Amino acid sequence: MTTRDTDWDGVRLHVVTGKGGTGKTTVAAALALALASAGRKVLLIEVEGRQGIARLFDCPPLPYQERKVAIGLGAQGAGQGGDVYALAVDPEGALLDYLEMFYNLRRTGKALTKLGVVDFATTIAPGLSDVLVTGKATEAARRRVDRRDDSHVYHAVVMDAPPTGRISRFLDVSTEVSGLAKVGPIKTHSDTVARVIRSPQTAVHFVTTLEEMPVQETLDGLADLRERTGGAIRPGGIFINMARPAMLDGADLAAAAGGSLDVTELAVGLKAAGISDNHGLAADLMTELREHAQQVALQDREREELLTSGRPHYELPMIPDGIDLASLYQLATALREQGAA
Amino acid sequence: MSEPAASRKQRVSAPKLDMDRIIDDRRTRIIVCCGSGGVGKTTAAAAIGLRAAERGRQACVLTVDPARRLAQSMGLTSLDNTPRQVDGVDTAGGGSLHAMMLDMKRTFDEIVEAHADPDRAAQILANPFYQSLSSSFAGTQEYMAMEKLGQLRHADEWDLIVVDTPPSRSALDFLDAPQRLGRFLDGRLIRLLTVPAKAGMSYMKVLNAGFAMMTGALTKILGAQVLKDAQTFVTAFDTMFGGFRERAEWTYRLLQAPGTAFLVVAAPEPDALREASYFVERLDAERMPLAGLVLNRVHTSPAGRLSAARSLAAAETLEMQDRPNGSSSDAPRYSIAVAALRMHAERMQLGKRERRIAEHFTSAHPAIPVAEVIAQPEDVHDLDGLRVIGTILSQQNSLAPLGQHE
Repeated sequence: MTTRDTDWDGVRLHVVTGKGGTGKTTVAAALALALASAGRKVLLIEVEGRQGIARLFDCPPLPYQERKVAIGLGAQGAGQGGDVYALAVDPEGALLDYLEMFYNLRRTGKALTKLGVVDFATTIAPGLSDVLVTGKATEAARRRVDRRDDSHVYHAVVMDAPPTGRISRFLDVSTEVSGLAKVGPIKTHSDTVARVIRSPQTAVHFVTTLEEMPVQETLDGLADLRERTGGAIRPGGIFINMARPAMLDGADLAAAAGGSLDVTELAVGLKAAGISDNHGLAADLMTELREHAQQVALQDREREELLTSGRPHYELPMIPDGIDLASLYQLATALREQGAA
Repeated sequence: MSEPAASRKQRVSAPKLDMDRIIDDRRTRIIVCCGSGGVGKTTAAAAIGLRAAERGRQACVLTVDPARRLAQSMGLTSLDNTPRQVDGVDTAGGGSLHAMMLDMKRTFDEIVEAHADPDRAAQILANPFYQSLSSSFAGTQEYMAMEKLGQLRHADEWDLIVVDTPPSRSALDFLDAPQRLGRFLDGRLIRLLTVPAKAGMSYMKVLNAGFAMMTGALTKILGAQVLKDAQTFVTAFDTMFGGFRERAEWTYRLLQAPGTAFLVVAAPEPDALREASYFVERLDAERMPLAGLVLNRVHTSPAGRLSAARSLAAAETLEMQDRPNGSSSDAPRYSIAVAALRMHAERMQLGKRERRIAEHFTSAHPAIPVAEVIAQPEDVHDLDGLRVIGTILSQQNSLAPLGQHE
């Protein structure tokens, strides 16, 4: 085990949310790889039935079963990484699990499924299925190797959670359920789940790009989480995804944005590289440079806006070729270097 | 270096989507914008509505979850669940634009009030299960969006309704929502739950042991009070089931009618286009009229004649000239050219990847018209921005076709 401090030491359940299209699943996977150092086991959980994890790790669709999907990112000088397991949780599987674990009622559970109890739960009271799903994640996070041993099976659990717009409600299980059940076993269960989610062992991370709407949703999501739960759920970090680095330094960047960069300088460069300036290629490239500078300025404004939240933040670069397993490790390395894991 | 001719020949090019023809055709009464979350559905719907209004249609945009500034620019500051006229629209062509933001709970409450007598309605509205169902996000929003669409169409005050589907986890959710509710209401569990209240306890005795086992288990899991609340809710709701199903079916048929045009909106990313593919296949299976694909946020380059590889090689050449001995020189002469070339290479690479993904879709669905919208430097949040998008959507022929930038 390494003794290196990270920003989230002590967090056992990492909930990763984000607006659609910001790369929530990718970041969750990279975080799981980064956390799985030096022989540690990390569980990556998917809850929306998309099979996004299987696609990222290029493996067959995940069943309702914990399966090893990758080897974690090795720590520098500490040899090989640990293991990343993955699990796709669906409400039906979680209900059967719950019945078996708490009531030893697996067969009854199957009968109930046939009768449409799961349909019933998800349609009439989505809060119930949220409890079952988050319950599975908290169970995995708390699971011990055996009764007498207090070491955990998983060093950490990373959940690829519902998008920002739904996250507070999804996590606020006890309030959702107490509207339906004041007493009774499901209430007891939801209270247990809520205790874990509201403990310092759980953190909710937000994934965003440096664009207006995702940034706004992130800030709204953080505020909503705080208001709805009275600050009881611990906000995590902001993971800025697909950030495009500035290609020019400060003064040139400002000049490019203002359109005052000298195009002849660029044309001379092109010539020196053996590229002919046909049909105003230099001018066209200058247009691109200007757009780039404007985009960087926009990114800076959005980043500033995000920083008003006071949350720790991490930046992940845009991968122009698309995400594959190698780039996941690259992102995991970036996360670890910045202290996220 | 340009690519070999052989690979270029294999490129598939999709037919172009003619948005103005769809908008101008008076027989088009409903345009549904669907697709996975975060691809720009709301903006597309608003842009189409605005363009239609300025081309003489009485248009109404029904949106579910607009970005704050876009909502403000359309005057959607209050959630009152009725369409409001949008100011700043050019009405010279005799058209008009209304817009509304869906209030899911209110829409649901209104249905209950319309379908049940006052006592029963009050009973339903106060039930904890109803409150959970009507204010939760899963499924209800999709169903209510369809319900509202049905209402607006039925009111017949507008000759074109543009609807933006809810930001569900899957593009297919809103198509399934009405049927899911129907299936749920027909479910055996519901039937069983409603039996005691309908027939009285004596009837219970003839029921098989399965029922006792089930209620036993449910009580164990949920608690007796929850089960009782659920029963009360289901029983009260039961009287409305018929009406619900009828409306869901009516809306469903409306979506299949020739006056409806579905637009699948996607970004040139694998996940979004995979969803788009599923959706296209599903619409086909449901015999719902698909007008085309809107491919949002496509990256192109004004300097597309310079390939990524050549640009990158040139940048490296210049860097080597700037530091001949491998050490960085004090004053690099070509820093701007290097930055421009590296930036260009990255942009070309991204554009190429996007085209490859888009071609993937077109290979599988060659007959589906596509409209591409170039990535805008900033998010759209006013009517002018919407007009720009509307123009781009409608003038696809003036754009270079896919893959001809290099």
